[in-house]
Amino acid sequence: MSTEHTHDHGHGHGHDHGHHHHEESWVSKYVFSQDHKMISKQFLVTAIFMGVIAVMLSIFFRLQLGWPGEKFGMLNFFLGDKWAPDGLLEKNAYLAMVTIHGTIMVFFVLTGGLSGTFANLLIPLQVGARDMASGFLNMLSYWAFAISSVIMVASLFVEGGVASGGWTVYPPLSALPQAMPGSGTGMTLWLISMVFFIVSSLLGGLNYIVTIINLRTKGMSMTRLPLTVWALLVTAILGVLSFPVLVSCAVLLIMDRSFGTAFYLSDIFIQGEALDVTGGSPILFQHLFWFLGHPEVYIVLLPALGISSEIIATNARKPIFGYKAMIGSILAIGFLSFIVWGHHMYVTGMNPFLGSVFVFTTLLIAIPSAVKAFNYITTLYQGNIKFTPGMLFSIGLVSTFVTGGLTGIILADSALDVNVHDTYFVVAHFHIVMGMSAIFGMFGGVYHWFPKMFGKMMNTKLGYAHFWITLVCGYGVFFPMHFVGLAGAPRRYYDYSEFEFLNWVMDLNPIISVFAIVGGAAQLLFIFNFFHSIYYGQTATQNPWGSNTLEWTTPVKHMHGNWPGAIPEVHRWAYDYSNPEHEEDFVPQVVPLKPGEHGH
Amino acid sequence: MKLLVILVIALAIIAIVQLSKVYEFTRALRKSKEEEISPADNKLQANLMLVWMFVFFIGVIWLYVRYGDYLPESASEHGKDVDWLMHLNLWMLTVMFFVMNTMLFVVSWKFYYRKGRKARFFTHDNRLEMIWTLIPGVTMAFIIVFGLITWNKITGPASPDAITVELYSKQFDWTARYPGDNGEFGASSYNLISSDNALGIITKEKIAAKLEEIDADIEKIKQSLEENKMVSAMPESYVETLQDKIYRLERHKQRILDLAELKMESGKSNWETGADDRIAKGEMHLPVGKEIEFIFRSQDVIHSAYMPHFRAQMNTVPGLPTRFKMTPTITTKEMREKLGDDEFNYILLCNKICGAAHFNMQIDVVIDSPEDYEAWLKKQKTFIAQETAPEAAPAATDTTATATADTSAAMAPTADASH
Repeated sequence: MSTEHTHDHGHGHGHDHGHHHHEESWVSKYVFSQDHKMISKQFLVTAIFMGVIAVMLSIFFRLQLGWPGEKFGMLNFFLGDKWAPDGLLEKNAYLAMVTIHGTIMVFFVLTGGLSGTFANLLIPLQVGARDMASGFLNMLSYWAFAISSVIMVASLFVEGGVASGGWTVYPPLSALPQAMPGSGTGMTLWLISMVFFIVSSLLGGLNYIVTIINLRTKGMSMTRLPLTVWALLVTAILGVLSFPVLVSCAVLLIMDRSFGTAFYLSDIFIQGEALDVTGGSPILFQHLFWFLGHPEVYIVLLPALGISSEIIATNARKPIFGYKAMIGSILAIGFLSFIVWGHHMYVTGMNPFLGSVFVFTTLLIAIPSAVKAFNYITTLYQGNIKFTPGMLFSIGLVSTFVTGGLTGIILADSALDVNVHDTYFVVAHFHIVMGMSAIFGMFGGVYHWFPKMFGKMMNTKLGYAHFWITLVCGYGVFFPMHFVGLAGAPRRYYDYSEFEFLNWVMDLNPIISVFAIVGGAAQLLFIFNFFHSIYYGQTATQNPWGSNTLEWTTPVKHMHGNWPGAIPEVHRWAYDYSNPEHEEDFVPQVVPLKPGEHGH
Repeated sequence: MKLLVILVIALAIIAIVQLSKVYEFTRALRKSKEEEISPADNKLQANLMLVWMFVFFIGVIWLYVRYGDYLPESASEHGKDVDWLMHLNLWMLTVMFFVMNTMLFVVSWKFYYRKGRKARFFTHDNRLEMIWTLIPGVTMAFIIVFGLITWNKITGPASPDAITVELYSKQFDWTARYPGDNGEFGASSYNLISSDNALGIITKEKIAAKLEEIDADIEKIKQSLEENKMVSAMPESYVETLQDKIYRLERHKQRILDLAELKMESGKSNWETGADDRIAKGEMHLPVGKEIEFIFRSQDVIHSAYMPHFRAQMNTVPGLPTRFKMTPTITTKEMREKLGDDEFNYILLCNKICGAAHFNMQIDVVIDSPEDYEAWLKKQKTFIAQETAPEAAPAATDTTATATADTSAAMAPTADASH
């Protein structure tokens, strides 16, 4: 499709909205909104709400891990007599907390929250479109997400018990209500919630892809797109290709649970009964699950990398280094992420030759990742860095991406994975990349685009405090876990005090818990800053960070259709920062080339 | 400790309240815009980058010094290779970690914003990109090659004179089974599991007993259905539950009949060989210096047999036997002397979430000299002896005899073991 054509389409679309500007009702503006900017805010606020729950859950189980057997009135206060009798976390409740913490963080905060917020906000604004290709589907996407969130939260309150087989819900544990209380109603709700979540992801993803491919404004060729859009495009493609596999995975599990099939079950004797199931394979579930599960890791990480590319270039006042190499590495990571899922399964009894193949493909991912890390550092080199809170979080992202990425090399190596598989080493690894890197990308994005979302500025000083406490506590929580894992401590254990051989490393656990509590509490700074600034923040100017991309050419006060007049035409790439041919240290994409100037 | 937590939380809350107050004040006093970061603030953040880098590195080094010697010496043969590879990798990664983080934080510190200066317009450099594509590429090639060599050693076929041990997992314990005098495991089926046959070992007597038991159960339910019909009207749903139960028991019976038939037809020799299998709970003994091939089975959900001291781990999957081989090199006694700890025991832990007591599902592993192992094994009851005369255990002749595995191999051989 030619850019000329897309421009016409975009223009015509704008015509409709620009001239028939009717008053919207409260419901259609704030609730069932079809405007991408409002939907993005809805995603963000829902994700913050879910994030608060997940962080609280993690603090609850960190209390038990840091001081096993101690009684905490706080636990009894929040969890009641059933889950925390006398303030001592109950064993099944502990597993439930771990499970729901993981589920919410991975899916609701880092997938729905991160992609949902920034894809919705940035794609139309940065490619120069009036709105998403289908506003209606976009609205459905949010509401499917909302329903899924409500079901997930509701599952915390069911009689039988919350899903507690770990966020990966491996059958037979998750398939047999006899196996643990959490595999009853709670698990059913978990699965239903996930089906809605996937619907939301797919509706969103399709919309993002179509919008990026078809609705770019005149002059916005693929090689002029900001890296955020590239990252979000690849993310959406990964989601559209992998989430359907998770649906089938979940549906087969629902069938096994409720309709007596045996896709995942075979030869099981439980609670005094030999079940009438033969021929299924629990390993099949793991293949299906991780076929989504590994791309999912990059669905979480790529938007964060895109966001940080944009923030780092803007605030270093310097073009992103190796723009095309960055695109190439995003594409390479996206492609490779589909052929590495088996590295989660080296010790399942999978054919070792197959394991070797996955070792090879997985370690290849280190190459594009290294390219990205070096490009970030080179972008900062000889820059003129303004330390906004968004910039701090982006620099933090690069540090954690490097630190967490490196330990991935150990886990990818099957011979080494045998000894650290499912230990705290794994917990350390993926929390540093997902719990820190991806979350930092999300925080960075919120600080950076808050003026665009709400027309107000967030407080910088609070942002600084938030960043430093979060960085110190994040590393304080997750770095020591490497050593706990190397010492042989399995994850998802309720109590480690019984193990003689682990005693010498267990004095790290209270330290980790203290960092976790302080780090968790520090998020209140963010929440306060966020909600306070929405109402009382300083009014933002149109382009507060001196940025090149199109979203900063829209008026501060939101309007349906984004631009009051015609959609601006794009004449250059997004990274003309400190271009020596120009006076200013930034040249927005809408500025035409000077005579004789070479454009990108 | 609890007091400390409360104190920390209280301090954190006070800090937040104070910060928001400061924020309110500064907001009122300041007229500058939020996005205009003062040179002093900017410089402070740049310096903090450097301060943080030092604090971070000191913390990391402290962790390495204090906890870097992460596990006692490996007590298995392949464990030495794994440890060597692990150390090599960790060293490389640690160097990369320090180099990359130093570059990042030093660059961030050095190039903070100064008015009137312009950043260098440096868009790309294909030579640089090539360098940092090739360097990780070559490094990865090394890591892959070394990793796969070790991996193939670990997963290669077991030597023919390896001792086979079956490890059976269920919520929440482990049972070890050793082949008896005939050197072969008896076949087993989950359909035959009962209180006196925890592993479901197949013998003619067990089949007959199980069928009898099921028939008795069915009869009992039918009777109670009859009786209740006479006396009073039973709730419809309850009748259905009972009928469903009968149906399930009949299916169970059918499965056992099918199994018996199948075994007869195939004429497999190992279906009556279970009688002399030796069974151990709570403690599993293994001889030092002999290759052990584990066959893992699971009764209910997925568990994972994790032996950190031997650098060994394999999931146990219901319906899918898995394998792992290793050669213990240090006896428990020697390790106790080395560590100066008389209480020390090797341990096998469950490492796949399996229910409420997941954290409490272990079995001690005792590595004996071959003589001690023989002696211990002879003391373990055979499957048949368990229910008949406990003293009647026949004297074992050669327990290290070749054990051919009866379960289907979950692991295909990939490379020759280097033994």
